[in-house]
Amino acid sequence: MEMTATMPAAVVPRGAGGRAVWVMWLRQMKRFSRSRTRIFASIAQPLLFLLAFGFGFGAVFRQAGQGDYIQFLAPGIIAMSIMFTAVFSGMEVIWDRQFGFLKETLVAPVPRTGIMLGRTLGGATVAVLQGLLVLVITLVVGFRPDNWALVPVAVLAMALIAVMFTAFGTAMAVRLRDMQGFQLIINFLVMPIFFLSGALFPLSGLPDVMSWIVAVNPLTYGIDAVRGLLIGTSHYSLWLDFAVMLVVAGGLVAIGAALFRKIEA
Amino acid sequence: MNSIEVTGLAKSFGEIKAVDDVTFSVGEGEIFAFLGPNGAGKSTTIKMLTTLLQPTAGTIRIQGHDPVTHADAARLAFGIVFQDPSLDDELTAWENLELHGILYGMARKLRRERIDMLLDFVELSDRRNSQVKTFSGGMRRRLEIARGLLHLPRIIFLDEPTLGLDPQTRNHMWSYLKQLNDRDRTTVFFSTHYMDEAERMAQRVAVIDHGKIIATGSPAELKAQTETASLEEAFLALTGHTIRAEEAGATDRMRMVMAARRR
Repeated sequence: MEMTATMPAAVVPRGAGGRAVWVMWLRQMKRFSRSRTRIFASIAQPLLFLLAFGFGFGAVFRQAGQGDYIQFLAPGIIAMSIMFTAVFSGMEVIWDRQFGFLKETLVAPVPRTGIMLGRTLGGATVAVLQGLLVLVITLVVGFRPDNWALVPVAVLAMALIAVMFTAFGTAMAVRLRDMQGFQLIINFLVMPIFFLSGALFPLSGLPDVMSWIVAVNPLTYGIDAVRGLLIGTSHYSLWLDFAVMLVVAGGLVAIGAALFRKIEA
Repeated sequence: MNSIEVTGLAKSFGEIKAVDDVTFSVGEGEIFAFLGPNGAGKSTTIKMLTTLLQPTAGTIRIQGHDPVTHADAARLAFGIVFQDPSLDDELTAWENLELHGILYGMARKLRRERIDMLLDFVELSDRRNSQVKTFSGGMRRRLEIARGLLHLPRIIFLDEPTLGLDPQTRNHMWSYLKQLNDRDRTTVFFSTHYMDEAERMAQRVAVIDHGKIIATGSPAELKAQTETASLEEAFLALTGHTIRAEEAGATDRMRMVMAARRR
């Protein structure tokens, strides 16, 4: 039975991977543009953190000789909102599984890796846009970047944070079957990643155990880079920050893609 | 050449043999019903035919393509309407189709023409720019049929396509499929629990139970074989009257989620 021979594989159109990336990215953009309530809802949390922590601890921070806390805190809050949006976007896979759309993409004649990459880039773009929105809010609250010329480079760092955590969310979501697991991930992984990252406090003079935990947290390097670029103070060198983020982002995308390829519906 | 050719197909989940040595074929342009009680192995078989699950053993040919080794060639050859909804609710009807067309590598001109034509065909042209979340169950199903047909597949798979639809929508849907089958000789492969539907529409049926094919033939042949008056009676004679237990599937979970969201 050599039927396969009579049906050349050439009927499969070329450029399938690129098409998948493009169309999945486009889908995320369309969904984002239609979710105004979600956009505003997700601004509430960073704003609350900024006001409560920023003004609450401002006086103590100044007395400790660390300068203006809003200046210190704003980059951390921007990075936080990017991380949260990114993880949520990645975890939309659970939602798509529940509501069936995932299957439409799984039977499409395109490489699964392309689907995963498109989702990740789309989710990351949404997260960066959200981060820029929060940047605008920090400006309203009184934050001022040191050097405006470096803001585009800071956006690059934001994009790396976004890619890392969208891929992270996707990898997690592929292994989860329902929404209960989602809560678990948020409480036991995402919240600790935020609180143990140097978003809220300087990294110098921490107890040993704490400084080790902070040092293995990839978000630490993201925040350090954004802070270094926006207000000129950083704990590590920018090179180290970017190197760590590139490696972690690459690793997580690879893991996410490998897991995504194996999905059986 | 047969549209679908299945030989010795098997799928095990651990100890459980969901599909056990299944062999059948579906001719080009045939309307074929795949029947069986809950948990008999229908959906598992359809998932293997449509590249969503890897078989444990056996071979499949979809228009001559092996879905295991040449998944993309097989995928281009069929369209599918899943048992559960699979549209993006946030997107419009037109966008859902456009996205599908791009994924299937259709050139822009052909894609746009087919979208217009199919939206007309399933009578959704006036709602093309509405988000799918505003659609009723019947409208969604029609849109899914349009999407499944967009890339000119030679086979259309429908897994319980009329589940939960009112008789009007069901009739409507079958008249589309019949037209399509007459005009383009598209092979129609469907599963259903409505035996009257299978008896009226299908040229041939296969009955699967406990993972094995227990009968194949035209509805008339099955009735003659079991000495019964209707396909429903023939089905019951073949599969027994015991009610089958089934785990809550995605559809049930979905219904619960939807109910919770509406509250």
